[in-house]
Amino acid sequence: MAKPRLATCSLAGCFGCHMSLLDMDERLLELIDLVDLDKSPLDDKKCFDQPVDIGLVEGGCSNEHNVHVLKQFRKNCRILVSVGACAINGGVPSMRNLVGLRECLEEAYLNGPTVEDGGTMPNDEDLPLLLDRVYPSHEIVKIDYFLPGCPPSANAIWETIKALASGREPALSYRLRKYD
Amino acid sequence: MMGTGARELREDPAAARPEDAVLIDRIVAEFGRDRTRLMDIVQAVQHRWGRVSAASVRAIAQSLGIHAVEVEDMVSFYSFFSRERKGRFHVRLSKTPVSLMKGAAKVAQAFAAASGAAIGTASPDGEFTIEWTSDIGMADQEPSALINGTVVTALSPSDARSIIAALRAAPADVDPPVFRAPDPRVAALPQARVASHIMKAGPIIFQRRRRGDGVRAALGLSPESIIQEIIKAKLRGRGGAGFPTGLKWKFCRKSPGQQHYLICNADEGEPGTFKDRVLLTEAPDVVFDGMTIAANALGAQSGLVYLRGEYAYLWKTLQTVLENRRRLGLLGSNICGCEGFDFDVRIQLGAGAYVCGEESALIESLEGKRGAPRDRPPFPTERGYLQQPTAVDNVESFACVARIMENGSDWFASFGTRESTGTKLLSVSGDCAHPGIYEVPFGITVNELLDQVGAADAEFVQMAGPSGQCVAPKDFGRRIAYEDLATGGSVMVFGPGRDVLEVASLFTEFFIHESCGWCAPCRVGTTLLGRGLDKILKHRGTLEDVTALEELANTVTRMSRCGLGQTAANPILTTMRNFPQVYEARLLPYQFVPAVTLEEALAVAVKVQGREPVDETEPV
Amino acid sequence: MSDARISLTVDGTQIQALEGQSVIQACDAAGVYVPRLCYHPDLPPAGHCRVCSCRINGRINSACVTPVSQGMVVENDTPALNSDRRVIIEMLFVEGYHLCPTCEKSGDCELQALGYRLGMAAPTLPYLWPQRELDATHPEIVLDRNRCILCSRCIRASRYEDGKSVFGFEGRGIHMRLTVDGSALGDTAMAAADKAAHVCPVGCILIKRTGFRTPSGHHRFDKAPIGSDIEAVRSVPKT
Repeated sequence: MAKPRLATCSLAGCFGCHMSLLDMDERLLELIDLVDLDKSPLDDKKCFDQPVDIGLVEGGCSNEHNVHVLKQFRKNCRILVSVGACAINGGVPSMRNLVGLRECLEEAYLNGPTVEDGGTMPNDEDLPLLLDRVYPSHEIVKIDYFLPGCPPSANAIWETIKALASGREPALSYRLRKYD
Repeated sequence: MMGTGARELREDPAAARPEDAVLIDRIVAEFGRDRTRLMDIVQAVQHRWGRVSAASVRAIAQSLGIHAVEVEDMVSFYSFFSRERKGRFHVRLSKTPVSLMKGAAKVAQAFAAASGAAIGTASPDGEFTIEWTSDIGMADQEPSALINGTVVTALSPSDARSIIAALRAAPADVDPPVFRAPDPRVAALPQARVASHIMKAGPIIFQRRRRGDGVRAALGLSPESIIQEIIKAKLRGRGGAGFPTGLKWKFCRKSPGQQHYLICNADEGEPGTFKDRVLLTEAPDVVFDGMTIAANALGAQSGLVYLRGEYAYLWKTLQTVLENRRRLGLLGSNICGCEGFDFDVRIQLGAGAYVCGEESALIESLEGKRGAPRDRPPFPTERGYLQQPTAVDNVESFACVARIMENGSDWFASFGTRESTGTKLLSVSGDCAHPGIYEVPFGITVNELLDQVGAADAEFVQMAGPSGQCVAPKDFGRRIAYEDLATGGSVMVFGPGRDVLEVASLFTEFFIHESCGWCAPCRVGTTLLGRGLDKILKHRGTLEDVTALEELANTVTRMSRCGLGQTAANPILTTMRNFPQVYEARLLPYQFVPAVTLEEALAVAVKVQGREPVDETEPV
Repeated sequence: MSDARISLTVDGTQIQALEGQSVIQACDAAGVYVPRLCYHPDLPPAGHCRVCSCRINGRINSACVTPVSQGMVVENDTPALNSDRRVIIEMLFVEGYHLCPTCEKSGDCELQALGYRLGMAAPTLPYLWPQRELDATHPEIVLDRNRCILCSRCIRASRYEDGKSVFGFEGRGIHMRLTVDGSALGDTAMAAADKAAHVCPVGCILIKRTGFRTPSGHHRFDKAPIGSDIEAVRSVPKT
């Protein structure tokens, strides 16, 4: 029987959740035995070309590209997991939600103390437009499971993947359930 | 905002003038430097300066010898007190499903266009502020508004234009009106009139009797026998909850205390209700008769009427009624010549908070605090106003008490049903030919009522206001009675073409605005209910959203602290139950739909950065 | 409080209480944990959070404000009540702005701990992103209203324990905020030694320059779930 396929992505996050995944040490070998890695920054695979069983989403949605990637993941992954504080509530990037996008951009690029010569609003076509605020992933697509933490510990990630790959409901023990 | 500027934001040098502090001290002294009279003190300040500034809060606190934070806590709670100065004329339009179907939105636009003030703001010249407010108790003559606290009714867009023109031409306020007196410039408007619309006077409340008859009839009875008569008559509270009045009095009477208090709840805030307004306009003496009888039964020497702020225009006439009663020996010392029977009544004006209709919140408000309900036990009958045994009864209940004394409990109980004796005043409004007051015996069916009011084509009826239920035609055979469809008197009728969900949404908005904030499930829950319903209303909901909304609604109902939160989900729950097809018709056939579209989420960036989103087609 | 003994049943087990005790006090003494947030044993109860709601003689009411009575039947640890309690915890998370990774109270926060204990993986209700003031004007104390859950512990502590009334509420409904007796906290009589500075269940009122002294993983609720201390009483045989 084919191994379950695993995809990951990092949206508006810091890659800390991915680092934590790598932090599972020798269990990485078990992980490779357990799942096949599909589209992920870890293998640099760019596109989905077959159905994936488990998708791990790190980071919230801060710009239109994040939304696009997240929707792709939802479309291609049977189970989608919101991983880490940023995917769950926007995390550190969501601090801008308390200010408002216009004020935020103007302060950064036009009015801030470090702006010279009146400043300019970055407007290259390659830069995705920012959303009015940072959205948690579950406010953009249907999310099946949440794995909290900043980052979730390697143990928590391992337990979650292990459960999902063997068709069980992930259930974190008290020690592994952390919001920070 | 983050960090900075707390001082600058809150400091208010304009109102820190020493002469104002002297005046404020004089106001505080007028109310005996009594902290429990904070409602009156703050109302007087609001009246005099058109706002209650931070400096005024400090001055009041200093004069009372309390902390400013305690005054702020109370002032910031009530809708009718404002920190900022409003326009010279402050127009507050009643926003209810009924006012909107009678054209309130067009009237609001006309006010806005004529005054130059966008709705929710003041006009640039500072002359007018146009705002929406919760139902002001004029459902039979909507669209209506309060202008500087005075009621104007049956407004059309052309009325709005002529009112703005007349007020613009009115003299500037050289001398602000005396506290509790209406603004004469507004009172002079032809629209400043309130009709009573008694469409059907029944056999109990509106019969003509001599003032004081009930009081005199009760003099022959011992206090216990009075209570026994009320119990025998099976009178139940007319505010809607239906607690047996006699039993409440019995508990109150036997509670030990230095004094017993009596409170008449005239904070008629349930949208769609206006029967207490009409009762206090057309038959105030029968209400005061009832209070005086209750005082006799409870041994209470002080009675308080908590009159909702929206009815401030009644204050002066009610004072005259009280004066007359004192003159006639029906109030004051030795009432009706009866040695030791001393009782008097004070009227306390509210300040725009629906929750104060809840008896323990009302008591808090009477004590000069924010209107947050209390936890029970202790019940007010044990420890109520000033921690003394207190009976709080509805205006109409007191009227019934007087009639029971005049005609006997058997006579009273001969009307209505076994469990709901007597008659009920119904305030009927909405899509019907004859809106107004109907006194009907309990047990009347919805259909029978709809025939009387001229609403044969009604498609749904909101019974007992937002906290009651939305009744579908299949249930029009049900009876209006405590044991079936209970109501405090609000009956809103909706005819063909009206949208059940729009109505439920307005009612949910009402609860969001009126939640006191004390407990988490109601404070946060009401806002979340609004979000959930809004999503469905905007055709972005799924079946999962409906399920989640229902679960949330049930949690709010179960976990909230007082009746407000426990009924705040009723507009949603009762429409879900009675009109599931209306929800289904709006749902999208997907598992998940986000609350916002990508276009909406990008709108700000498109504006700020001046370009369109990048087209990201799926790479093959 | 008199010495009169009262017995009541909590989740089928009979416990003893003293007349005048509240249900939560009686349960605490008996080693039965009732989840709670605004309740503090040193302060008069206020009934804000409703997390301690139990089914008491058939009706749901807060255990902190309900006095015990003879023969009372209390349901506490039931799936239905715990599910409603979890929803309230979620509500408080989405009402404010609770960013656990950046909060120095993390690990000692009672809101967070209740989320853990009641099995909340993440709040799924829509976030409300409130606009609230941060007040750092006091030399020793910071007030971050983003994390305030309006439990009134500081208000009660300042009024009844410190005799100062430094705190109060402002506004109503969803616009309710914690306010202070002055233009900012730095202008008030607040002192770092006040009881009010040490009863906040979340990271709203913090003593400056004390954060992050305890390494991550060594905080109160890293070691054991909230309520474990109360439940420990139960396993100790009474003498």
